[in-house]
Amino acid sequence: MNAISGAWDWLTTGTNWRGESGVWHRLAEHLYFSGVTLAVACLLALPLALWLGHIGRGGALAVNVSNVGRAVPTLAVLVLLTLTPLGEHGDLPTLIALVLFAVPPLLTNAYLGMREVDRSVVEAARGMGMSGGQVFRKVELPLAYPLVMTGLRSAAVQVVATATLAAMAGEGGLGRIITAGFNLQNTPQVVAGAFLVAVLALLVEGVLVVAGRVCDPSPVSRTRPTGPRRGRPACRTSRSGSNG
Amino acid sequence: MSTRRNCLVENDWICGEYVRTRGQDLIDATAQHLGITAVSVALGVLVSFPLALLARRRRSVAGAVLGLTTVLYTVPSLAMFSLLLPLFGLSAALVVTGLVLYSLTILVRNILTGLQAVPEEAVEAARGMGYGTVRLLWEVELPLALPAVLAGIRIATVSTVALTTVGAIVGHGGLGTLILDGLDSTFKAQVLTASVLCVLLAVAADLLLLGVQRLLTPWTRARPERGRTRTRTAKVAEPA
Repeated sequence: MNAISGAWDWLTTGTNWRGESGVWHRLAEHLYFSGVTLAVACLLALPLALWLGHIGRGGALAVNVSNVGRAVPTLAVLVLLTLTPLGEHGDLPTLIALVLFAVPPLLTNAYLGMREVDRSVVEAARGMGMSGGQVFRKVELPLAYPLVMTGLRSAAVQVVATATLAAMAGEGGLGRIITAGFNLQNTPQVVAGAFLVAVLALLVEGVLVVAGRVCDPSPVSRTRPTGPRRGRPACRTSRSGSNG
Repeated sequence: MSTRRNCLVENDWICGEYVRTRGQDLIDATAQHLGITAVSVALGVLVSFPLALLARRRRSVAGAVLGLTTVLYTVPSLAMFSLLLPLFGLSAALVVTGLVLYSLTILVRNILTGLQAVPEEAVEAARGMGYGTVRLLWEVELPLALPAVLAGIRIATVSTVALTTVGAIVGHGGLGTLILDGLDSTFKAQVLTASVLCVLLAVAADLLLLGVQRLLTPWTRARPERGRTRTRTAKVAEPA
């Protein structure tokens, strides 16, 4: 239990929180990396996935992109990008890697969410005279919402995890506290850094769960008969994306 | 030396000379990678079966087990390995433990889904024929849950192969160790070769397990209409 009290001491020492390698600065870097790349990934993946889901094409792509994403080690991509000429542009390799790993869960879940909308509901909406756009906005999107949010959560958790690994490729972020601890053979610092990262990841997940509930356009969708049972395994496995 | 203007000196991405001269390094790292992955998935299956059986019996246990494994899954890999450092030190056991904890999320969920999807009539019929709990489990429920279980093992294996690389932080990351060393010495051929090998390992493991799945569950292909529902359940668990 020495490690725990050591980590506690580390965390309660003010100097560890200040300065360029202090917790606040590392946290700011982490949140900056994560926020920017998650936004970019959403802008890239969601319109594509929702459109593919709406027209019912490209299912193989949407699903396989996740399978590929799971097989490719995050660390390998981070290191490879750092060694390319991109590596001379500071944070760029990390940002690209983060976007690459955030896209698959967003794409797959949003696509599956659209495709799992009951076809009879869509037919009924068409029968009522709704246009393609109306069906998309008023029927498909609200019903696909839970899985879209699941994708967003998985992507966010993935991004936080990958941003941590970026430290192994020499980048900033909270992971840097861990890698520095390893280099200094300072176990309390390693554990303290790991604790901070774990708390951040759980907080991000928690905040998004709450935000998802608050913003849910149709409360019914959570209790729809097919939703939870079919939706859950799909979303769980998509998060199996990898922890970075 | 001047005549030896080879790709090692040039630090090319692709270098046959590297594979020739450091072949043993690659083999050792691959062996370590495979060993860590295999042990982790095997232990993961051993741990998740009893957990899934317990979860199936009681709703409260199910909630607790699924909740806890989900929380574990949310913890980033580097943090997970680091949190285990005080318990295991710089060892392969640390990496294996972390990977087992991750695999539980996928395995418990898939085993549970598979067991819950066993048709009630099949269970009733077996009971009527006098099957006890253990025999029922072994001869009726597990075989019927097998497609979902194997789908889970496939997903867990592929993500474990990728995650093993992070073990490089404690010097037990298989090919990940080569990748990280390659970064420190900006050795491009080593990084690319190890990365490609790692992806190939994941693909090979996935195909191997797919073959096992086909072999063990021939009925999923035999009858088209049932086959479709079967692959459906597997699909649901798979898409990611």
